Amino acid sequence: MNTATASRYAAEYPTIASALPGQTLPWLKALRAEALIAFSAHGFPSPREEEWRYTNVSGIEKKLFAPSVDLTGSDVDADWLKSYRLEDAWVLVLVNGHFSAELSVLDGLPEAVSVMSMADALAKQPDKVEKYLGAAADQSEHSFIAFNTAWFTDGLFVHVPAKLVLDKPIQLLHIVTGSDAMATTRNIIIADEMAEAKVIETYVGIDNAYLTSAVTEVFVGQNADVTLYKMQSESDKAYHFGGSYIKQARDARFTHHNFAFGGLLARSDIHADLDHASECELNGLYLGVKRQHIDNHTRINHLKPYAISRELYKGVLDDRARGVFQGRVIVAIDAQKTDSQMNNRNLLLSDDAEADTKPQLEIYADDVKCGHGVTVGQLDEKSIFYLQSRCVDEETARNMLTFAFANEMVDKIKIRSLHDKVLEQVLARFPQEGVNKEWL
Amino acid sequence: MLSIKNLHVSVGDKPILKGINLEIKAGEIHAIMGPNGSGKSTLSHVLSGKGGYTVTEGSATYQGKDLLEMAPEIRAREGLFLAFQYPVEIPGVSNIYLLKAALNSIRKHNGQPEVDAMDFLTLVKEKVRLLEMDEKFLYRAVNEGFSGGEKKRNEILQMAILEPKLCIMDETDSGLDIDALKIVSEGVNSLRSPERSFVMVTHYQRLLDYIKPDFVHVLANGQIVKSGGPELALELEEKGYSWVENNQAAA
Repeated sequence: MNTATASRYAAEYPTIASALPGQTLPWLKALRAEALIAFSAHGFPSPREEEWRYTNVSGIEKKLFAPSVDLTGSDVDADWLKSYRLEDAWVLVLVNGHFSAELSVLDGLPEAVSVMSMADALAKQPDKVEKYLGAAADQSEHSFIAFNTAWFTDGLFVHVPAKLVLDKPIQLLHIVTGSDAMATTRNIIIADEMAEAKVIETYVGIDNAYLTSAVTEVFVGQNADVTLYKMQSESDKAYHFGGSYIKQARDARFTHHNFAFGGLLARSDIHADLDHASECELNGLYLGVKRQHIDNHTRINHLKPYAISRELYKGVLDDRARGVFQGRVIVAIDAQKTDSQMNNRNLLLSDDAEADTKPQLEIYADDVKCGHGVTVGQLDEKSIFYLQSRCVDEETARNMLTFAFANEMVDKIKIRSLHDKVLEQVLARFPQEGVNKEWL
Repeated sequence: MLSIKNLHVSVGDKPILKGINLEIKAGEIHAIMGPNGSGKSTLSHVLSGKGGYTVTEGSATYQGKDLLEMAPEIRAREGLFLAFQYPVEIPGVSNIYLLKAALNSIRKHNGQPEVDAMDFLTLVKEKVRLLEMDEKFLYRAVNEGFSGGEKKRNEILQMAILEPKLCIMDETDSGLDIDALKIVSEGVNSLRSPERSFVMVTHYQRLLDYIKPDFVHVLANGQIVKSGGPELALELEEKGYSWVENNQAAA
């Protein structure tokens, strides 16, 4: 526990507090105060905590990242933005933790649907926000959640009413431009009964050291369907601490695609609570090069019977990169007939790369079908020879197999424009001599 | 086409092939039979360039060139094709793209332009029909989730499209039911030509009922102990491998 840094942040808090949204709401003021106390008492997580044993966050303690109070000095190059913005989506842009109306495209939304910045939502629908904020992300879980609750400056708020199916995805484009900046954002996505929505979170930044703390809470109503994509392409000097906390109602379906490519140190937590016969699919792809440290933590809570969960995380690690996967599946005593599969596959391209993988099954019910599998290895020499015997030279065969391994996850993306952007990023991260996109 | 002279091959310190001599001329079909552990698979692996084997003595000359000096992909581009005993699954790489890439690299190697996309599709679909395969296999990942028989058919499909000069078939009949065996054999027979040679490595005589060899060689303990015409296969079937092994021991 290192509370010295925590007290430095706490000392700075009064300078920003008045600029935070929702300060006139007593419940939020109280929630933030409580979170600030919790964070100050605990500090950032330490590797002595079981859930953080592979990820040392002390790097962020060398600096005091500064939050922005508004959009001042947050100019974004329009051409640069193009490579991340989806053309066929409603786009809400946050720059340095603040909503930019100028860069966002939200027109044409069905009237009954709310897609707005969190600051707007706190001004216009405070009661609804009160009901959901903190309802999925428990701030006693770890101190980054408390940190996020105390500091968040803005975020995305989505509410899709019952039976409404959104025909276009919603993109949250989260940009950090400042050096030593801190962007702390909180998002809420609510899909009422039988509603359907697709949301994409894209995290990017200019090539600077900065800190992103982003917590997304998702509420999938009865028989509703939500797909959440997370494209984490932070700058290679950045720190990213993100969490997606999902509550699924009865028969609700939730699919998550987690692409973790950026950041010097990046950690994402994905926790889903499943109700009766709900379905949860968690997909992940992490690519590490140079000295990147990429950590993904998932937890699936089977609380009621008949729920199904499927999880596949794949990692490709080169140079001195380190990938961490901790996946927990918890099957409660009442969750009979649970059907759960968890897999983590790692490909190490260099002798210095490292993968730490820890799948955990905790089963308290007695009539369930649960499985898990883990692999850490190099490219299969038999596959390389097979391709060579089909005229492909060895280097191309190696590159092809690496891309093919990663591409299985990219192929799961159902939104064409996003698929192409993610594929571009995958291709940019590894040697592609001789690799033809057509082959993938 | 292929001339193997006194070929000795070891895996680690263990000698597997102990002086193989074999002459294969254009248009000929040679069957290499032998009991398990006789070195049959080692021979097909060494000829196609798989790693892990050390040639300690002898040579293999393919179309006047030193075969053993070439990388596996160069051998393939020069027209040597290995039909695998256990075709490998390549998730994430689609069957049709691998076919196209392979065909184009052969054409490039021979100084020809890339194949026209439409012509290619017509060619592939024709061969798929010939092998009674479902077209959907083309768009699936290479061998992924294929049954044993489908994998073997897929090997013959690749062979039919790449039109190699020398086909080495490693235990192509193992794991095939009789219907699949007939289809595979018809596929192979349709490829027979005066310019194309086949080496069929097999444990069972059954395959040779459908693909008539010109020569049969019996491999035992790393050496060819007996050569003859197709009748040798029948004799072997009748008397069993112990017959040649005993002969060898007596000699």
